[in-house]
Amino acid sequence: MRHLLSSADLTRDDVRLLLSTAAEMHEVQRRDVKKLPTLRGRTVINLFFEDSTRTRSSFEIAGKWMSADTINITGKGSSASKGESLRDTVMTIDAMAVDCVVIRHMASGAAHQVSQWVDASVVNAGDGTHEHPTQALLDAYTMEQRIGSLDGARVAIVGDLTHSRVFRSNAITLRTLGADVTLVAPPTLMPSGIGPWAEADGLTLTDDLDEVLAGGPDAVMMLRVQRERMSGGFFPTAREYTVGFGLTRDRLRTLTEANPEAVICHPGPMNRGLEISADAADAAQSLVLDQVSAGVAVRMAVLYHLLAGEEVAA
Amino acid sequence: MSDLLLTGATWFDEDGSERRGDLAVREGYVTEAGSVEDSYGLTTVDADGLVVLPGFVDLHTHLRQPGREDAETISSGSRAAAVGGYTAVLAMANTDPTTDTAEAAEHVHALGKACGLVDVQPVGAVTKGLGGAELAELGLMHRSRARVRVFSDDGRCVADGRVMRRALEYVRAFDGVVSQHSQDPALAGPSACCHEGELSGRLGLPGWPPVAEASIIARDVMLAEHTGARVHVAHVTTAEGLDVVRWAKARGTRVTCEVTPHHLALGTELLGGYDPVFKVNPPLRPDEDRDALREGLLDGTVDAVATDHAPHARHDKEHAFVDAAFGMLGLETAFSVVHDLLVAGGPLTLADLGRVMSRSPARIAGLEGHGRPIGPGEPANLVLVDPAARITVDRDASHSLARNNPWHGRALTGAVHTTILRGRVTAREGEPAA
Repeated sequence: MRHLLSSADLTRDDVRLLLSTAAEMHEVQRRDVKKLPTLRGRTVINLFFEDSTRTRSSFEIAGKWMSADTINITGKGSSASKGESLRDTVMTIDAMAVDCVVIRHMASGAAHQVSQWVDASVVNAGDGTHEHPTQALLDAYTMEQRIGSLDGARVAIVGDLTHSRVFRSNAITLRTLGADVTLVAPPTLMPSGIGPWAEADGLTLTDDLDEVLAGGPDAVMMLRVQRERMSGGFFPTAREYTVGFGLTRDRLRTLTEANPEAVICHPGPMNRGLEISADAADAAQSLVLDQVSAGVAVRMAVLYHLLAGEEVAA
Repeated sequence: MSDLLLTGATWFDEDGSERRGDLAVREGYVTEAGSVEDSYGLTTVDADGLVVLPGFVDLHTHLRQPGREDAETISSGSRAAAVGGYTAVLAMANTDPTTDTAEAAEHVHALGKACGLVDVQPVGAVTKGLGGAELAELGLMHRSRARVRVFSDDGRCVADGRVMRRALEYVRAFDGVVSQHSQDPALAGPSACCHEGELSGRLGLPGWPPVAEASIIARDVMLAEHTGARVHVAHVTTAEGLDVVRWAKARGTRVTCEVTPHHLALGTELLGGYDPVFKVNPPLRPDEDRDALREGLLDGTVDAVATDHAPHARHDKEHAFVDAAFGMLGLETAFSVVHDLLVAGGPLTLADLGRVMSRSPARIAGLEGHGRPIGPGEPANLVLVDPAARITVDRDASHSLARNNPWHGRALTGAVHTTILRGRVTAREGEPAA
């Protein structure tokens, strides 16, 4: 594995290997002294064109716990708005002979483009509304820790699918692991071409969240809804969205009654009261904080396999 | 100027019948056709195996001058045009400053004349600064030395129906035509950059739905009927849009349309790697649309093939996909691409290419010396093509200043051999005369 650009780059075996490495890394996190010497002498650049405290610090800690030199470069806005081309920006960094560029960019495809230009390994840490493959890995890891194998598990992904890179990567990784995936969204927040897409990839589509929850899925993944989508005409009001697609207290009860073991995920940051109620966010079934904790382990696993070779960590 | 004798050439009469023989060109005109009696003083061009067509006319070229001389100049664009077999190109108005005054139009026209490799006919903006709100000086541009007859805000759609109506009413008085970039900006987000469909959904790229094109075409053909003016639909890309044109033509509406080589030959699936070379506006579409465009060329719904030659400085294409510039090169490759795609293996003939690449566009643009029949007394604006030639496109061999060439590395059958403007050879075998 040279780069991690899309969840589609990973076979089932790749995902299994990464998740088992993540489990070992997770063990390391529980030690008093967390540092491994694995990536000593390696340099990892976190190149973040878009704000993300959560993902950036997660990659930074992952690198540091494996003794890599990690450097953060953050810049708001695309380089285009500053007159410099993206290629010039990343070539400048590549010229410093770094081993890995972890890139977050507001433009879909930025990580793919960068991987064409640089010698370093590239990890996509979220590109526009395209993908976020390490998020999908950590979600899978977190869910499996709680509910066991995802093969045959039923997972519902709910919310703003159109603008969600978390959805795109999760749909791929969950299908790779053999899960049944149901997508729930108002028609205006379903991505273009979702009909043939869902058919090709074996995804189920619906706009009836109540029916999905009453069916007792094993996991419900709530996506963040940005309030500015309202001005884009994607839905009329926050209230109407919550009534139709929010994981409210009543819906939490429906889910719990249908499947007491069901878990709830959210990639964060949450809009409490909009797509997820406080009751659901803080419920015993909620994996929100486990997701964050798993994030470091999964990113350690990814950096390890990209930079240290294929043998599993001791 | 040396006069020419094209020997052993093949060409087509107006009724489409094939002719073979010699053509004498003296003082800018074809003087004899068939067997030439007196070849004294003529420079012989061996045209055995070559086909003579009327010089190509491009309804849709971006030459970037004034304003972006780092991407293309009228001189470099003229060289590319001559190499591509063109004897006339319509230079779009989206320069900096915009071609929205008589002075701006005359400036472009004069630069083209000074270069002299191709007739550079400026297109005038429909609205001031392409702003979409106030009419540009349509009448003064028409009365200028540039004699502007085609008006377009290309790159942007004249979205306001009231403005479009007034523009059509206004240009009708002098038989002008509005060439519309048909794309309703309200039906897509501001960062739309590709065809809206399954692939754009997967790639997370905002797209233009086909209805954004078809709905503007529908409005414009009704406005053309209402005003009695001519409307030209630039770069049609969708089956739906073409159906509207077909319907309007059947009603007798004064509407014409063009397609580009890239919309005929390249599909939206090329965007899978996020390579901005394939980013173009309007966007590459799926197979069904390309089939419909080819069908439209066959049944005559499509009047012309136009390049939308859009050179860009390299750095403007090296941004993230949504931030990169729109457009691709086309002048040098248009004939080879269309010939390879639609003539080498059918269903079109070279005579058809003469129609869609020269006669019809010349008529639409009102260029009287171009797109003429081949015979004594006609202006010698000609292109000699070699249908058997095999070429491999090399972007670094281009005479354009730009390198955003989506055809790089493609093997194509059919090539332009020699281009002749008013009796003078302007390009031969890939090299411009000056």
